[in-house]
Amino acid sequence: MYQIKHKRALNSSVTEMEISAPLVAAKAKPGQFIILRVDEEGERIPLTVAGTNPEEGTVKIIFQIVGATTMALNAKQEGDFIQDFTGPLGTATAIEGKKKVCVIGGGVGCAIAMPVAKAFHDQGTEVTSIIGFRNKDILILEDEFRSFSDKLIVTTDDGSYGFHGNVTVPLKEMLDNGEQFDEILTIGPLIMMKFVVATARPYNIPVTVSMNPIMIDGTGMCGGCRLTLNQDGKRVTKFACVDGPDFNGYEVDFDEAMSRNRMYTDFEIIKRDETCNLLKKEAN
Amino acid sequence: MALDPKKHEMPTQAPEVRAHNFSEVALGYDEATAIAEASRCLNCKNQPCVSGCPVNIHIPEFLAKVKEGKFEDAYQIISQTSSLPAVCGRVCPQESQCECKCTLGIKFEPVGIGRVERFVADYHNANNTAPVNVPESNGHKVAVVGSGPSGLTCAGDLAKKGYKVTVYEALHKAGGVLVYGIPEFRLPKSIVAKEVDTLKQLGVDVETNIVIGKTLTVDELFDMGYEAVFIGSGAGLPNFMNIPGEALKGVYSANEFLTRSNLMKSYLDDPNTPIMKGGNVAVVGGGNVAMDAARTALRLGAKKVSIVYRRSMEELPARKEEVEHAQEEGIEFLLLHNPVEILGYNNPDDPRDPKNGFVTGMKCVRMELGEPDEKGRRRPIPIEGSEFTIDVNTVIMAIGTSPNPLIKNTTDGLEVNKRGGIIVNEDGLTSRNGVYAGGDAVTGAATVISAMGAGKLAAKSIDEYLSNAA
Repeated sequence: MYQIKHKRALNSSVTEMEISAPLVAAKAKPGQFIILRVDEEGERIPLTVAGTNPEEGTVKIIFQIVGATTMALNAKQEGDFIQDFTGPLGTATAIEGKKKVCVIGGGVGCAIAMPVAKAFHDQGTEVTSIIGFRNKDILILEDEFRSFSDKLIVTTDDGSYGFHGNVTVPLKEMLDNGEQFDEILTIGPLIMMKFVVATARPYNIPVTVSMNPIMIDGTGMCGGCRLTLNQDGKRVTKFACVDGPDFNGYEVDFDEAMSRNRMYTDFEIIKRDETCNLLKKEAN
Repeated sequence: MALDPKKHEMPTQAPEVRAHNFSEVALGYDEATAIAEASRCLNCKNQPCVSGCPVNIHIPEFLAKVKEGKFEDAYQIISQTSSLPAVCGRVCPQESQCECKCTLGIKFEPVGIGRVERFVADYHNANNTAPVNVPESNGHKVAVVGSGPSGLTCAGDLAKKGYKVTVYEALHKAGGVLVYGIPEFRLPKSIVAKEVDTLKQLGVDVETNIVIGKTLTVDELFDMGYEAVFIGSGAGLPNFMNIPGEALKGVYSANEFLTRSNLMKSYLDDPNTPIMKGGNVAVVGGGNVAMDAARTALRLGAKKVSIVYRRSMEELPARKEEVEHAQEEGIEFLLLHNPVEILGYNNPDDPRDPKNGFVTGMKCVRMELGEPDEKGRRRPIPIEGSEFTIDVNTVIMAIGTSPNPLIKNTTDGLEVNKRGGIIVNEDGLTSRNGVYAGGDAVTGAATVISAMGAGKLAAKSIDEYLSNAA
């Protein structure tokens, strides 16, 4: 059992928790993920590590309340325990040797982009961050990004805060103005990452994307997290849990990945409503 | 007394009943049947059956005890060499091991050794209340990576010799393939839990949620004071055929399909982990895993389930009893067939159609058998122009696995073969001093009993190594 040490709401649908898991805290690097189960009958879900405190033995996770499991997780309070917490899984983001990078986060993906931006910043890399949200109300981690970035651009789709538009617009502007990056790292919805790749392509700047497929074991056993890369005209199957979650954005078949992530949509909606009703009942 | 030329029948749930539930198919012998079956043993001098057993159970001796009705004594004989009798009695391919060597089998059906073993183990589990004998500690610490059949066997053998053993399991539940892979109807999970519990009573610590190669490395285990490490991390990433359409929704690896159903309990009425059920299902492959996946799909409510295998019935590698059970349950066998493409739905007018990307069919080609290959199995050759399409909604690939890279990638000096399997010598020792390995991590996908044999061998080698070191 793993205790919830701290909990805070970043906005109405995104929660941050620090979980006591000393072995994971000692090892986890930016870009890696954990798998958790909330309770004995729960499903396994992967969440990317949003930070660690090795001294206190805690791992920070940030999650959006989107379905049954995240709803059940969010119902837990400080001091409560969650059933299982395994990691760190996947390979860490490669940060070595890069002098100037652009980190692009979208929505709750910013939670994963943040430790990556911090790691770059800590090693002296010049960091430009672009973080995008649908609107001002769901903006998260702005202060954190500001402290880890040499330049920060916040975008909202509806223009309620910062730049009016999605993240690719300021990216394209910068690239058109001759801005050079050793690498662009992007983490967020698949559709956003797909368009970041499309935006960067004419400028020949390497793009690393962080994939978030459906997963069960996360250790290289089930194969559910597979995705297809186009490498030298060949289609190659890779597994996000052990080969990723970071991949070369130019090689990823995003359309396939988006389709695969919708495999259980109907089930997920039913389950979410069930859990929602259950939690409401318990609250009454 | 005239010798019965046939084994005593194993009582089973009727096929039409069991096809709709996850309860165990085979119901087990009663006492009288177990005694009668054990009495068929000729007690021949050279005991060929023992050499057919990967862990060399003293078969004639335990059968003799059963014949006398001394079931607990029989259990004690089996447990001298086997750590998991209730498991082996159920999942061993006896027809290619002990029973195929049985002298009685030359003229008649061999003794049903596996069935009697199962009876003895179940009898013990139901009736034995004596506490487990905890051996005196010898002060040595050993780490076991993986809680599948090789790890549990290695841990059990070492614990009985007084070693302090910790088993590290990556998943949230101990048992490895016995819990995530083999379905409830073939191996009830309560039996695995009982075996794990017995190990804990022996003083073995089982640490779940720890991925060796990630959470801790093999080198860190030595730093923590373990003097030897056994790697029984099991099979790794599932193989796919590399044909078009394998990324469509509705295509599973057998590992994923079985893990969802078994470990994550998607077979329950209101599961928390989803699984595709219903419709027509094709399972590609002919091993035990393919049979398990096919029969699981049937029980989940599939209309029709087909095994698609590129060779003929004669080459089918699955345990004979599983094939027979599958046939009785109505699983279709498309033998000498090979998939060439999986087809999916695509609405050209609506890219947002929710049906887009789901499997609708599988194109297969008929095969014929040519000359034998290097392993002596006749090579399947596609018959040109024989392609046709079967209607399916779910395709399950059960064509083997490749070893997991996590430990290899994080353990300096650990040599692996070109397929990624850990290289061991005849003692189970790897290229690293004090590091032993066995089971699927070494051989690639194989059987529970061969993994147990490897765990047993490694335990013996580790004992010798640490006894000499002391």
